[in-house]
Amino acid sequence: MDIKTTPTTFPGTIHEVPGGGIVLSKLDDVINWARSNSLWPLTFATSCCGIEMMSVAGAKYDFSRFGFEVARATPRQADVIIIAGTIVNKMAPVLKRLYDQMADPKYVIAMGACAISGGPFFYNTYSVVKGADHVIPVDVYIPGCPPRPEALLHALMALQEKIKSGQTREQIREQKPL
Amino acid sequence: MTNEELKMKLEELFPGSTFEEETQWLTLNMEAEGFKPVAQQLRNNESFNFDFLFCLTAVDWKTHFSAVYHLTSTALRHTIVIKVKIDKNDPAVDTVSDIWRTAEFHEREAYDLMGISFTGHPDLRRLFLEDDHVGFPLRKDYEDPINMIKL
Repeated sequence: MDIKTTPTTFPGTIHEVPGGGIVLSKLDDVINWARSNSLWPLTFATSCCGIEMMSVAGAKYDFSRFGFEVARATPRQADVIIIAGTIVNKMAPVLKRLYDQMADPKYVIAMGACAISGGPFFYNTYSVVKGADHVIPVDVYIPGCPPRPEALLHALMALQEKIKSGQTREQIREQKPL
Repeated sequence: MTNEELKMKLEELFPGSTFEEETQWLTLNMEAEGFKPVAQQLRNNESFNFDFLFCLTAVDWKTHFSAVYHLTSTALRHTIVIKVKIDKNDPAVDTVSDIWRTAEFHEREAYDLMGISFTGHPDLRRLFLEDDHVGFPLRKDYEDPINMIKL
């Protein structure tokens, strides 16, 4: 990425010409820029991390400032699923189905210790999936129990960075055909 | 009725009953065999009128199980606890879901986690765990070497 352009600005350079200007950019960069600034999360929370996620959606932290405009209650309108909480064995097929129902391109954030590894308390049990990445692939992990709202914001922005730089799983897969 | 009045009335109706009294509520100890008629009496007898089963749970005492029923009367404002002793080798007790409908779910939970079979329950299958789950995880002797480290 060009040093002059920060990740939050439009990718490309502007050439001033009489009567206006010409923007030079790559289509992929523009698409990634557009996608990363309009990531709508799925309303999905399975335990206490969900409370923290709701506070990030609320006025004080307000992730819509960064393009996570509205949480959608249907996976078909969502771009990113924030796995906020413990995934139990019975929830695993539901999570998989939700992920499958989301339209491409789709992104996954594992929020908190439970979603990363099964959790600090619930690890040693018969019912808990030891990490949501056993079920669906994860783009960004946020440690914490629960993570602070700032940590979730940081993770959301890390995901944006990842998309803009073309480093998500799907983007890498497209670049390297089998 | 007060706990004392409840106890007197119960002794009159069911001679030979055993009680625990040190706690907030009167506790009636029972064997699984004679439980159902007593439950029916507690619901239908007008001086008891226990119309609300507000908790049904189960305990593993290693030597036996017990099912614990908390009953209250919303009209008469008295409460009783019934502890039913259940044989470990044949963990079965009559259902009370026909007396208190709420027991349908409570008994499914107790069956799911403790493996107590409630005879006569209309739909006794697992509630929280997957349908194909093996074993009853709240039992003291439950082991799951794949998912759990033995502490």
